[in-house]
Formats: sequence, C-alpha cells, structure tokens
Amino acid sequence: MSYATGTDARPGDIRVDLQLIANMVAPQARVLDIGCGDGALLHHLTRFKKVDGRGMELSQSGVNACVAQGLSVIQGDADTDLRDYPTAAFDYVILSQTLQATRHPRAVLEEMLRIGRHAIVSFPNFGHWRVRWHLLWHGTMPVTPTLDQPWYATPNIHLCTVHDFEALCRELGIVIERRHAVTAHGTRSAIQSSGGFANLFGAQVVYLLRRR
Amino acid sequence: MNQYKAGNPIGDGQAVTLGAGNPLGLDCGVDLAEFTIAYQTYGALNPARSNAVLICHALTGDQHVASTNPITGKPGWWSVAVGPGLIIDTDKYFVICSNVLGGCMGSTGPKDIDPGTGQPFGLNFPVITIADMVRAQARLLDHLGIEQLFCVIGGSMGGMQVLQWAATYPERVFAAVPIATAARHSAQNIAFHEVGRQAIVADPDWRGGDYLNQGTTPRAGLAVARMAAHITYLSEAALHRKFGRNLQNREKVTFGFEADFQVESYLRHQGSTFVERFDANSYLYITRAMDYFDLATLHGGQLANAFRNTKTRFCSVSFTSDWLFPTVENKAIVHALNAAAANVSFVEVETDKGHDAFLLDEPEFFKTLGGFLNGCAEHRGLNK
Repeated sequence: MSYATGTDARPGDIRVDLQLIANMVAPQARVLDIGCGDGALLHHLTRFKKVDGRGMELSQSGVNACVAQGLSVIQGDADTDLRDYPTAAFDYVILSQTLQATRHPRAVLEEMLRIGRHAIVSFPNFGHWRVRWHLLWHGTMPVTPTLDQPWYATPNIHLCTVHDFEALCRELGIVIERRHAVTAHGTRSAIQSSGGFANLFGAQVVYLLRRR
Repeated sequence: MNQYKAGNPIGDGQAVTLGAGNPLGLDCGVDLAEFTIAYQTYGALNPARSNAVLICHALTGDQHVASTNPITGKPGWWSVAVGPGLIIDTDKYFVICSNVLGGCMGSTGPKDIDPGTGQPFGLNFPVITIADMVRAQARLLDHLGIEQLFCVIGGSMGGMQVLQWAATYPERVFAAVPIATAARHSAQNIAFHEVGRQAIVADPDWRGGDYLNQGTTPRAGLAVARMAAHITYLSEAALHRKFGRNLQNREKVTFGFEADFQVESYLRHQGSTFVERFDANSYLYITRAMDYFDLATLHGGQLANAFRNTKTRFCSVSFTSDWLFPTVENKAIVHALNAAAANVSFVEVETDKGHDAFLLDEPEFFKTLGGFLNGCAEHRGLNK
C-alpha cells in the first residue's frame, strides 16, 4: 500500500514517482516490488519493460486485486518476510513510499540490497520546505499534500529527510547511483545535483541504490 | 474388476491399464506390474498439446469432477468451477481428472482382485504414497501423449499431489495451483485420520480387512470415520450458522440418544451416504498416504530444495476459517517457494466455510484462480 499520496496521474498514466522508478529499471530485469498495492507499477513494468516481476503486499485486498490481473504477488510484510528470499535473487528490489512505514527501515534497506543487485527506494521527504514551514509556523505536526494524515492516524512512523537517508546509506556502505526529487506539483525537480536543494524542494525523493 | 457395490464407478469416463512390461515402482518397495487408472476428460487437446489441465481430487473425491457421478447421481464435485465458460473453461482447456491409485472408483485399489491370489487385495494391497499417486498419473499422461501440463490444480490431498507434481516433474508443469493444503501432514491431521481408521478397524464387519471375501461391509465404522472427518471440513461458525442448536423434527429434547439435534442428523446422513460410495480399505490406504506426506524430508529437510530452479508458476490459496489446512501451512509452502526464488502468488480468502470452501462458489477465490490462469495462459500463448 502506498502510505503517502502522490500527485494526480494523467489518464492512462502512472503516478510521476512511479514513472521515475520505472525509468530506473532496465528491460527484462527480475524485479521485486515490495508494497506493490493494487499492482499499478508492477503491471506497468511487466507491460512496458517486459520484466519478470513479483510483488509483496500487506493488504489482502491489494494482493487479490494483483493476482486477479495475472501478476505474481504474495501477501507479506517487508519487516518480516524479506528474509525468505535468497541473496541476489533480483536485479531490482523496489520499495515505493513504504520505507517510512516499516518498523525497522534500516534492516529493510539492508535486506533489499541483499536480495537485489539494486534497490529503488522512494519516500516523502520530511526536509521539504512546506514541512519545515508547517512545523515552524503552526507548531503542530506537519500535514501537507504529500503527508496528508494527522499524527495519530499516519502509518508513517519513521519519517526522514534527504540528509538523514543519505547518512544511513553512507553508514551501510550503500552507493547512491541516482537521485530524483519530485516537487509538490508532481514535476521532477530541475535541480538534481545538490542534496541541499533536493532536501528543501523535493516533496518526494526516489533513489537508485546498489551495494558497494 | 470386483465391485463392492452395484454400479459402474467409471460411468461415461475411461479406464486404462498401464504398467505392463514397465512396472510402477512404489515407495514401499513393491513393484505394481499392472494397474488401472480410471479417468475423465473434458474439452479438447489443442494441436500443440499445450492446454492440458490436470485436476487432482481430494481424499474422498474422484475423477467425476464436472460430470454426473455414476454412483451418487449427483453433479461432479467441482462442477461450479469446471465446464464451458467457467473458471476452468473446458472450451479453452483440456481437463483431465483421474481417480487416485488406491482409490475405489475404477483405479486399482484394495478392493480389486490381486492377480496373485484371485481374491480382493484387502490389506495385501501395498501401502501407497502421494508420490506413487503422482507417478501413476504421469504414466496416464504418457499414455495420453501429453508431455507438459499447462496447469495442475488441486485442493487438500489434491494440493499435496500438485506440490509433488511440481517437485518430481518440474519440466512437465507450467503452472501449479495448490489450494488449502500443506507440504506435510500435521500431527493434528494424522490424529484425526487415526480416529477414522480405528473406527473402521473396530467394526466387527471389517473382518481384519477381509470383508469383501466374507460378504460384510464395515458400515458403522466407515460412517463414524466420515462423521469425524466431516467436522474438520467445516468451521464452528459454519456449523453454527447452518444448524445452531436447532432440534431435528421435534419440539423438545427426548432425553435419549436419538439424533435430537439437526447437526447430529446431518452428520449421520453424511456418514450413511458416504458408506454407499466409498470402500473402507481405500479409506485406510488413502488417509495413510496423506499421513506419510512430508515433502521436505524427501529433500534434505529443506522444503525449498523441492523447488530449486523451478520454472513453474505457482498460485497458492488458503481460506481464513480452514483449521484443517490453515493459512500458516499454505504460507510455509509460499515461503519455501520464495526461498527457491520461484514465481509464486499467494491469496488468503476470507470465508467462514472452513476447509470445504475450496469446493464452493467463493467469488474472491474464483477471481484469483481465473486471474492466475488467464495470466499463465497469456505466457503460454493460449489466449487467442
């Protein structure tokens, strides 16, 4: 399930953050999509990138919807079920908008890069100016278009900023191959090179990672 | 072939005698020189021979999956799912269902004549396993000229056969659907089977298994075995919804041991009708085959090893109220398939109908099965 709402998709298209993820995946790769929801990304990758795709999803309704459209998806939990997979079983392991909702994001990240040659991670950036402004001005937990739930209802229990995430990658010896920031309007941020700008203007960020 | 009761169990289906000159080596060490497999087919095999679906029946099922059962006169046991335009579409697939080895609906089993003695086998029939049943089915496919099955589908003991098929003949199985099953029979399930077997053995009419020669039938024992087993196929919620504490055709309890309650009457009916269609010794042999099933031990204790390098696409299904083959048992299969990096889907279907849900019209289950089969058919080039 997707814990942060994305921007509205154009008709017949997938969400911009999912499109960014899809662009990072090489054709015909072996892909595991963790938290695949109703299978929108997996379906897109299977159809347009001809990947050998698998999915894992917490909600049974999501799983059933995926399997009913012919996708290979199991019911499972990123926190507990990744350890079943053998090392280097996939070319890409994708975790879209879910890392911040796991109990052990650090362990999940390590597991992703054990079972995949690459990991693709996207999450809502808590360093975004709107989040900072909300906390500074209102003094309450930020509610933004990207993080639209109040503190008592949000499943996002481990929110982080671009800087936080990249510090964890350094600590775990994970190489950042690509980073894309997505603005609140759902467009790709023009300034990709600077972590500081991404942290300030990226409402969401998408990373392509690999083991060192 | 000696029939223990009137009626031809093969009906409008077929039976083939296999093994001549090429005996079937059983797990117990015995070679079956000749054996008969009774089977039904529906639909037509395509020219590429790529659209065959094998359906494996459960403990007391048979080959009459989608056509009238010649013994009971009732519709096939899965006629809600198998037929023209249905989930397992016989306009698209060539469906095969065979009576298991050890069964009593036309395939060789303990009630048949032992060529060595000219008498019914009885307890001289060799103990068979799930793997033996599958080897016999593979011989049937050889006979039918089918190299690879598009899909093997089965629930309960049928699911055990599906797993065995995928493990023994991975190259012959394009897709596999094990439903409400387990990779090993649990202690609780062995215990229930033992209750059933002891009920049969304790019936004086069982005659040490020699009842066919002595002209008796262990009706009471087999009926009790069925009654006990039938409870495990349902759920507390389903029993309560169906019967509650309702009384059977009476205003108040009789202070005796007649079937006061509807649930008692229902179970007695289940027991007595079962005796009409099933052989007691077959019940002993087939329950034993299930008890012995433990796929991991055959593969060094690691279930994942059973599926190493498999190309088969799997779809595992469990039901929330199934306490005979609960979700956790089905998930153990899924975990092993993941560990083998196999292509697997898993769905747990919400229902209060217990283990028997796999035989019923469960919309969520059918949606899953239909979606999976259609996706696989796409990959196999069966969708026009």
